[in-house]
Amino acid sequence: MTFLIQQTLVYTIPLMIVALAGVFAERSGIINIALDGIMIFGSFVGAFAVYLMQKENMLADNTQLMFVIAMICAAAAGAVFSLLLSFSAINLKADQTIGGTALNMLAPAITLLIVKIVSMQDRLSMPKALGFIISNPDIGEGLKPFFDKMFISTYIVIALFIILSIFLYKTKYGLRLRACGEHPQAADSVGINVYRMRYLGTTISGALAGMGGYIYIATIASGTAEGTVAGMGFLALAIMIFGNWKPVGIALGSLLFGLLKCIGATYANLDINGDGVCALKELGLPIYFYNIVPYVVVLLVLAFAAGKSRAPKAEGIPYDKGQR
Amino acid sequence: MKDKLRSILTVCKNKIKTGSRSLIASAGFKSVISSLLCIAAGILVGFVILLILAITSDKIPVSDAFEGIWIILEGPFASGSAQNIAFVLGDMFFEAAPLLLTGLSVAIAFKTGLFNIGAPGQYLMGAMGSVIVALAIPTTPATAFWVWLLALIVGMLCGMLWGLIPGLFKAFLNVNEVIVCIMSNWIAANVVSWVFSENKQFINTQGGKTAYTLPTTANGVSTPKLGLDKLFPGSNIDIGIFLAIFIAIGIYILMNKTTLGYELKACGHNKNAAKYAGMNEKRNIMLSMAIAGGLAALGASFYYLNGGAELAWNTYGKLPDNGFNGIPVALLASNNPIGVIFSSMFLRFIDKGGYNLAGFTAYNEYVSDLIIAVIIYFAGFSMLIKGMLAKIKIKAKEVPVTETSTETVGSDPVTGAEEVADTPIVEEITKEEEDV
Repeated sequence: MTFLIQQTLVYTIPLMIVALAGVFAERSGIINIALDGIMIFGSFVGAFAVYLMQKENMLADNTQLMFVIAMICAAAAGAVFSLLLSFSAINLKADQTIGGTALNMLAPAITLLIVKIVSMQDRLSMPKALGFIISNPDIGEGLKPFFDKMFISTYIVIALFIILSIFLYKTKYGLRLRACGEHPQAADSVGINVYRMRYLGTTISGALAGMGGYIYIATIASGTAEGTVAGMGFLALAIMIFGNWKPVGIALGSLLFGLLKCIGATYANLDINGDGVCALKELGLPIYFYNIVPYVVVLLVLAFAAGKSRAPKAEGIPYDKGQR
Repeated sequence: MKDKLRSILTVCKNKIKTGSRSLIASAGFKSVISSLLCIAAGILVGFVILLILAITSDKIPVSDAFEGIWIILEGPFASGSAQNIAFVLGDMFFEAAPLLLTGLSVAIAFKTGLFNIGAPGQYLMGAMGSVIVALAIPTTPATAFWVWLLALIVGMLCGMLWGLIPGLFKAFLNVNEVIVCIMSNWIAANVVSWVFSENKQFINTQGGKTAYTLPTTANGVSTPKLGLDKLFPGSNIDIGIFLAIFIAIGIYILMNKTTLGYELKACGHNKNAAKYAGMNEKRNIMLSMAIAGGLAALGASFYYLNGGAELAWNTYGKLPDNGFNGIPVALLASNNPIGVIFSSMFLRFIDKGGYNLAGFTAYNEYVSDLIIAVIIYFAGFSMLIKGMLAKIKIKAKEVPVTETSTETVGSDPVTGAEEVADTPIVEEITKEEEDV
C-alpha cells in the first residue's frame, strides 16, 4: 500500500502541475497546446543546470537545494519560452494552435541541437546517484506513504497548486484573469488590461509547465533529457479538459490517472495487502493491457460526464479591441 | 443552354482580360506568397542560429555557418556524387508519401473545424492492418498484387475505424476531439504492440533481433516500382508517392467540387449554421474524422508495404513522427490539399539537407527541424502577412482588390480553395484604408 501511494504520487505530481499550467493559459483565453514543448524545454534547461552544477562541483553536499534550483531554472526557461506563444497569440493575433504546434516542434529541435553539441550524443543524463530522494525510514508506518522515499518537488508542487488555485479563485487578479477568458470585451470595458492578463496567464502557464517537465524527467524518466517527455504535455492537456478547467477536477483527474498509470508500471510486483502474492501478475495479462487501462478509463469517464464540460468561452479567439 | 454557354464565355473573356492582374490580386496567390515569406524568414532565423552556435561554440568554425545553410538549402542535392544524389532524392520521394497523406489527414479535419492530433494512432493502426494482411496471406507471384491491394485497403479501413472513435465522441457526446485523439493515440500504440507480441510469426528474428516486423517482401508483397528504382538506384522509391499525389488531387476535388466537400467545409466554418441549413452535422463530423483516419493510415500502408521499411512493433512508449509531422505539413499548406503535396516535399527536402549538414559540418541534423519549426511559427502570422500584402497592393496602384478577387473565385485550380474564405479579410482591409 505504502509503495502504491508513493508511486502514484510520482506519476500524479507532474501531470497535476502541467494540467494546472494549462488552466492558467486557457482561463485567460489562450489555448496552450504547447504544454508538451514547454515541458521539453524546461526539462532540458533543468537537466542542463544540474549538469553544469555537477561540472563546477557546486552544492555537492546539498542535493535538495540543487534540485530546487534546477526546478527554478526550468520554470524560468518555461516562462521565457512561453513568451514566444504569448507574443504570437496576443500581440500578433496569430492562430494559437499553429503557434503552439510550432513551439512543440521548436523545443525538441533546440534541445537536441544543443544537447548533441554539448554531449556528442542525443541525450543529456543527470548522474543517477545524486540522491534527490528524501528517505525517512524511521518515520511511523502511517506517515511513511507521504514522507519516505519522496521528492522535494512533491511538496513544492502541492503547495504551489493550492496557492495558485486560491490565487485563481479568491484574488482580484484571478478574477480578472478568468474574465479575460470568458468575455474579454466586458473585462476591457471595466478597465482590465486584457493583453497584460493574458500575458500573465500564459507566463504562469509556461513556468509551471517548464517546472513540470523537469520534475517529469527527474522523477519518472531516469533523469535524461532527450527531447521528449513521452507525450506527457498532451496528457496533461487531456487531464485539464477532463477536469473541466477547474483545479479540483484536475487534482482528482491526475490522481486517478496517476494511480492507473502506476498500477500499469508496477503491476508485476504489486502486493497490495502484503501477503506476498502479486494478484495482478497472477492474472497473466500483458503489460499492454495495463497501459491501455488509464486511457480507456478517462475516455469512459468523459463519455459519462459529457455535456457538463465547459471550456472558457473566449479561448482561442485573439482579442481585438475594436471588435464589438 | 445557350445562355449558360454565353455566360461561361463572358466569364472566360473577363478572365483573360484581368488575367495577370487577378492572379496577383487573388487570395490564393497571396497565401502562396505568404508561405514563401514564412519559409524565407525561417531560413533566415535558422542561419542566425547557426551563426550564434558557431560564435559561441569553440567546436564549430564560423565558416561552417555559411556552408551549412547552403547545404540545407540544397537538400538532397548536396549529397556529393551523382549516384548519392539519385539515391537520396529517391528516398526523399519515398518518405514524402506518408507525410503527404498524414498532412492531408490533418488538413481535411481542419477544414471541418476539427483538430486531428490523432494521426499518429491512425497511422499505427494502418501500419498494423497492412503489415498483417501482407504477411498473413500466402502469395504466388500472380496474386501478390491483389494481396498488396487488399493490404492497402485493410490498412485504410483500420485507420478509418480509429479516426471514427474521436468522431463519434465529438458528434454524439460533444467530447473535445483533441482529448479523445490523444487517448486513442496511446491506446493504438499499445494495441499494436499487444497484437504483435501475441503473433510472433510476423516478427523478424534474423540476426537475433526482435524489434521489427518482417518486411512485406518476405511474403512477396511490395508496392510496384515500375522501374523507378532504376531511375533512382539504391533508393526505396515506389509508385506510392504518385498514388499519394493522386489521392491529394482527389481530396481537392472532393472538398471543392462536391456537395459533400461543401457540407464538410460549412460544418468547419459554422457548425450551427450548417445544422440550420439542414446539413447533418453529426454525420459530417464522423465522416470527416473517418476520412482523416483513412488518409493517415494509407500513409503508413504506403510506407510499410514498400518492403524497404520495417515496423518497430513494440511501440507502446513512442508515437510515430510521421503522424505528428502531418500537422506542420497541413499548416504550411494552409490546409489546401494541393498545397500539402508541395509542403510535404519541402519538409522532406529540408530534412535531407539536415542529414547532409550533419555529414559535412560540425552541426547536427536537428538544425533542419529547428528551421521547420520556425517556419511553422511564422506560418501562424500568415493572416497578418496576407493583410500587409493586400495593403501594399492598394498603395502601389489603385486596383479595386475586392472586385477582382470575387471575379476570380475558383479561377486558379491550385489556390481557388482559399478564396471564398479570404475575401472578407480583403474587404476589411480596404475598409481600414478608407478610415485612414
